[in-house]
Amino acid sequence: MPKKLAFWQGNMAVAMGGIAAGCRFFGGYPITPSSEIAEVMAEELPKINGRFIQMEDEIGGIAATIGASIAGYKAMTATSGPGFSLKQENLGLAYMAEIPIVVIDVMRGGPSTGLPTRVSQQDVMQARWGTHGDHGTIAYAPSSVQECFELTIDAFNMAERFRQPVLVMSDEVIGHMREKVVIPEPGSYPIVDRKRPKVSPEEFVPYLADPADDVPAMASFGDGYRWHVTGLTHNDYGFPTNEPEEIGKKHLRLVRKVERFRDEIVKYDLEQTEGAEILVVSYGCVARSAVRAVREARAKGIRVGHFRPITLWPFPDKELIQAAGQAKKVIVPELNCGQMISEVKIALGCKAEIIPSNLVNGEILRPHEILATIEEVA
Amino acid sequence: MSERFEIRFAGSGGQGVILAAVVTGEAAALYENVYAVQSQAYGPEARGGASKSEVVVSHDVIDYPKATRPDLQVILTQKACEEYAHDTKKGGTIILDDFYVSDPPQVDADIYMLPIVRTAKEKLGKEMVTNMVALGATARILELANVIRPDSVKKAILARVPKGTEKLNEQAFEEGYSMMKEKK
Repeated sequence: MPKKLAFWQGNMAVAMGGIAAGCRFFGGYPITPSSEIAEVMAEELPKINGRFIQMEDEIGGIAATIGASIAGYKAMTATSGPGFSLKQENLGLAYMAEIPIVVIDVMRGGPSTGLPTRVSQQDVMQARWGTHGDHGTIAYAPSSVQECFELTIDAFNMAERFRQPVLVMSDEVIGHMREKVVIPEPGSYPIVDRKRPKVSPEEFVPYLADPADDVPAMASFGDGYRWHVTGLTHNDYGFPTNEPEEIGKKHLRLVRKVERFRDEIVKYDLEQTEGAEILVVSYGCVARSAVRAVREARAKGIRVGHFRPITLWPFPDKELIQAAGQAKKVIVPELNCGQMISEVKIALGCKAEIIPSNLVNGEILRPHEILATIEEVA
Repeated sequence: MSERFEIRFAGSGGQGVILAAVVTGEAAALYENVYAVQSQAYGPEARGGASKSEVVVSHDVIDYPKATRPDLQVILTQKACEEYAHDTKKGGTIILDDFYVSDPPQVDADIYMLPIVRTAKEKLGKEMVTNMVALGATARILELANVIRPDSVKKAILARVPKGTEKLNEQAFEEGYSMMKEKK
């Protein structure tokens, strides 16, 4: 068997992708359908001088992850629906204090305890607005086990580059299915590490951002740089402020640092969009059914294409508008009651009819169901 | 092999139907260099609940990861039989365990009642290897359909089972393979 091939679960690929990106700390609390990520990390991290800790609950899991990152480690946690809700408060702390972490949410049915072993895509808006207050959001939605590996590396790189949490919004189908993975050679993919202070500890101003990228250099606890970490709105020195000028400066920078580089962050995938009269927009596991439906519809002579946002946030709106071309009908299949469809409406609502196709019974939309919707509107 | 070949293992939690599918997927993806996707469905309980696991094998990249109309089903309980047998592809194959399945389904498929559990329990002395006997029978059908060679399945089994149990598992595989070969 060639060394670089594996037959992995999506959850395993997420864990191995994290390790490949340099993750050496995992703090978490097992929850179906994400538990395998913690399981793999518990087994793998000690072998490479990393640390795994199972905390007392979901809140402790993300808190430990934030702490490890402040101490200089690349760190991640993984969860699902109810745990993602519990993590929102500390997710906000990481946005505000600008701590790079990666959070994996393997989506299951909700609300509340919902459906532990069944799939949904009900957390995609929570990924954007789950924690209170404005902030830039970066969230990926893998559609294959290969992408679970690669996008987790991207997530770490973006977290380190922009000093903020980055989310991987997996789902129960992608997380639990096994598929062939081609494991790239270490060194064949870029690895980003956070900027370290170039000045002496005496001169260090912890939140003084470089105008070139709006991201301040980050010192690690223990290496001699003084740094006050707080969830209160703070000035460049890290101390709470009530000065409108300082408040506005900090707040806008949290949003701008992602917005400015949106074109470098956004990822998407196209399938037969040339000359399409109908466009299907879907992501995560549903995109696999949708692509099959599009191919079958094309074989029947229907001019239909598929657009897949790989980054849900930032949402690839400009790219969607271009891909939609002259399409007059846009179908948005989702395993929720209609969430990302609002972004599609913002982008295309003036020029096309936007048609929802929703399923919330714990199953994945099947190709023939999406094909039926395509044929209905064709 | 047609565009995609779909296999489903179904039974009760603890019978090893998920592992059987994982091994089949590994045989395809790692030892045959074709595409394979394995998925599963189960309830919150670890043992006793209904359990099914599927593998899709194809020469092309696989889009939809689950079975739509399985070409082959391996069913190990009566309950699973009632739930899943009906969506077998027309003219496909169903392998049933003759100990736990009492009432074979009325569907348009080649149906084989095989002593899978009995062989594991009585001949090999360990009901635990039920899934390996089932894999042997599966391997014969996959060989005839030109999907996966039996040798690749055997390699995948040996790469996965705990050290010291290779012989027992290989024997279970051979038993399953020959009981199917006698029929087809």
